[in-house]
Amino acid sequence: MAEFALPKNSKIQQGKRYPAKPGAKTVREFRVYRWNPEDGANPRIDTYEVDLATCGPMVLDALIKIKNEIDPTLTFRRSCREGICGSCAMNIDGTNTLACTKAIEDCSKGDVPIYPLPHMSVVKDLVPDMTHFYAQYASIKPWLRTQSAAPPKERLQSKEDRARLDGLYECILCACCSTSCPSYWWNGDRYLGPAILLQAYRWIVDSRDEDTGTRLDELEDPFRLYRCHTIMNCTRTCPKGLNPAKAIAEIKKLMVERRA
Amino acid sequence: MSAYKIQEHEYDMVVVGAGGSGLRATFGLAAKGLKTVCITKVFPTRSHTVAAQGGISAALGNMGDDDWRYHYFDTIKGSDWLGDQDAIEYMCKEAPAAIIELEHYGVPFSRTEDGRIYQRPFGGMTTKYGEGPAAQRTCAAADRTGHAMLHTLYQQSLAHDARFMIEYFALDLIWDEEGVCRGVLALDMAEGTLHLFRGHGVVLATGGYGRAYFSATSAHTCTGDGGGLVLRSGLALQDMEFVQFHPTGIYGAGCLITEGVRGEGGILRNAKGERFMERYAPHYKDLASRDVVSRSMTIEIREGRGVGEDKDHILLDLTHLGPEVIHEKLPGIAESARIFANVDVTKQPIPVLPTVHYNMGGIPTNYHGEVVQKVGENPDQVVHGLYAIGEAACVSVHGANRLGSNSLLDLVVFGRAVANRCAETIKSGSAHKVLPPSACDKALANLDKLRNAKGSSPTAEIRLNMQRTMQSDAAVFRTSKTLKEGCDKMATIFSSFEDVKVSDRSLVWNSDLIETYELQNLLYNAVATITSAEQRKESRGAHAHEDFPDRDDANWQKHTLVKVDEKGKAGFDFRPVHMYTLSDDVEVVPPKKRVY
Repeated sequence: MAEFALPKNSKIQQGKRYPAKPGAKTVREFRVYRWNPEDGANPRIDTYEVDLATCGPMVLDALIKIKNEIDPTLTFRRSCREGICGSCAMNIDGTNTLACTKAIEDCSKGDVPIYPLPHMSVVKDLVPDMTHFYAQYASIKPWLRTQSAAPPKERLQSKEDRARLDGLYECILCACCSTSCPSYWWNGDRYLGPAILLQAYRWIVDSRDEDTGTRLDELEDPFRLYRCHTIMNCTRTCPKGLNPAKAIAEIKKLMVERRA
Repeated sequence: MSAYKIQEHEYDMVVVGAGGSGLRATFGLAAKGLKTVCITKVFPTRSHTVAAQGGISAALGNMGDDDWRYHYFDTIKGSDWLGDQDAIEYMCKEAPAAIIELEHYGVPFSRTEDGRIYQRPFGGMTTKYGEGPAAQRTCAAADRTGHAMLHTLYQQSLAHDARFMIEYFALDLIWDEEGVCRGVLALDMAEGTLHLFRGHGVVLATGGYGRAYFSATSAHTCTGDGGGLVLRSGLALQDMEFVQFHPTGIYGAGCLITEGVRGEGGILRNAKGERFMERYAPHYKDLASRDVVSRSMTIEIREGRGVGEDKDHILLDLTHLGPEVIHEKLPGIAESARIFANVDVTKQPIPVLPTVHYNMGGIPTNYHGEVVQKVGENPDQVVHGLYAIGEAACVSVHGANRLGSNSLLDLVVFGRAVANRCAETIKSGSAHKVLPPSACDKALANLDKLRNAKGSSPTAEIRLNMQRTMQSDAAVFRTSKTLKEGCDKMATIFSSFEDVKVSDRSLVWNSDLIETYELQNLLYNAVATITSAEQRKESRGAHAHEDFPDRDDANWQKHTLVKVDEKGKAGFDFRPVHMYTLSDDVEVVPPKKRVY
């Protein structure tokens, strides 16, 4: 049986430990992936002991506390801190989620492992390279495409038609779902992945859009759409409670229907 | 300074920032045929416009009688007569077309029974020039309007031929000897390389500086970078004393709970369960404008009627709205309340507190988005090559207090205005002036200093000192004493930046360095804010001065201009408020008593 191992320079090593200040009573360990492309060293796991008595409730609060008080070189993205901007997506306690809405007390007992989003090129520490993901988003031409002349007022849309966008338009492009998908791990170069397919479906079902046929044509491809094998990791992991797997299934149904 | 290698890029226009206004300007400029680059420190959909909830105002009249002239009146009254009435006329008149444009771009607005855009009531939005019932003027996509809008604007940008430089941080503006802005020096965060973006115009769309305070609804990235760039260039900012406290930030976490909750019927209650706003704003009650509601809440808490163990907050009750309304109209805040306050809003009220939310002040501009300064006797001298829009700017349409849902409107109206103006005044492809070799020296000296800073005060420590000072001394209510103390403390904190310590010496994604730059920008903004507040001896809008509790139109109906030098010393001047209109469609609204 073939054995797979990481290349030598990718093997993760034990890093530094930063003990809590003496007297800290409610200490939790955060084991954080570190990699700096400039120092030539292998990736490592640094362990930070954080006193929860002086820390906010979320994992992002702990990361910020580490950066502010223990190790300013720790690098991660963050912005809104309320789960709407999608910056702080990372793998926490084994699951892709947003650090800002993941409560420390909801992590399983013991230490809290924190890694960048899986199977992405790492730029530094917890910062993955999102370039390809964003390019895939642009590739589906995610804007309202119409042929008819724009009316002088708004395009009318019934409440029912508008409701079909619920569960889709709320996507924050955090990439938690796509980077949890084994099929995206293997074929991410050509498979669009759950986030982008959910976005594609958002336009397909918008009653105002007049380019459904072309949109479906553009997805009719063994890789772009059909690498989804209904593994459903995407839906399990979405920090916004959306269901990309269902959106993909709906696209596949439309493909079947139009062939009939 | 030749040690630093700089790559030069030539464009017609350079936009800094990719929030709502930056994106609207970027694709607007591109659509006009100007070669445009947008440099942004975060991916566009991460910008803080994404967090706006309640909606965007426009007198569409979808839900009942409305007129843009009512909107114009409300905005002037909301501004406590510090807003420029020509700019307010422009914004309110352009509003309906701006919303229709957004809808045509694909914004997933909520709908009425007949399929039109749904509009909800919002604070300070009235009919019949403040005499009629509350207006339903705020166009909403549930309670995620900013998110819906920002994503749509980015999608439109993708449909246009605009270039985005993502995760590039603007270090400094680059000027020629005549004082014309010629470009921006930026750091590519991923590579650690320097880039000079040359443009015939630079548009600052960098947002607010809420993070100068300890508790703010603002994102971590709201660090007033545009204001910092402008002050470091020796220009003045305007009306910086006016900082809006949103009445309903979640107690503790500070996350925003939209005014739309009260628009849909939510009620603020004190410890006795009283709907106390009836006492402060008998007519519009919980839908008075934000400065009024935030002061009322603060008074309730001060007088011992706050809730909780320390009687230090207020309750926002929406339990009576019913699960259906909450599910359809307010799903986002239900989620936020659950995550950050552990509250089921269908059963329990949300603990809330007035929280820093918006900066009315900023880079002074005219209604075309051109930056203006007072030069000699001319209060409206245009600074060539420099534009500002959105929260970074002070047009001034919000004056001393912004009305909820006027901000998203401001973004698209003036984002579009600046694109139109530049299309008229700038010729695509015209040659760039050769800059003197020293043009980037100051910017590089600053970079060199911060990169290698070996002081004893870490960035986070100085930042915390600043945030605590601003929080306690430039709060909802201010006194001569707190302001004086605050100015002294801020002077010391500003000086302590000389001793800043940066630990990360790397080039790739050095967020320690970026945060230090952001802190520098925040410090300039904070000093401008607290010193401007100290010198304004009256109460107006969001500036509530307890030693001068009344508005003083004779002496103070004027815009404050503030400069901050390298030592943190502030200097002041003033510009008159524009008490004139652009057309005969509306009349000037003279100051009167402001009652809701």
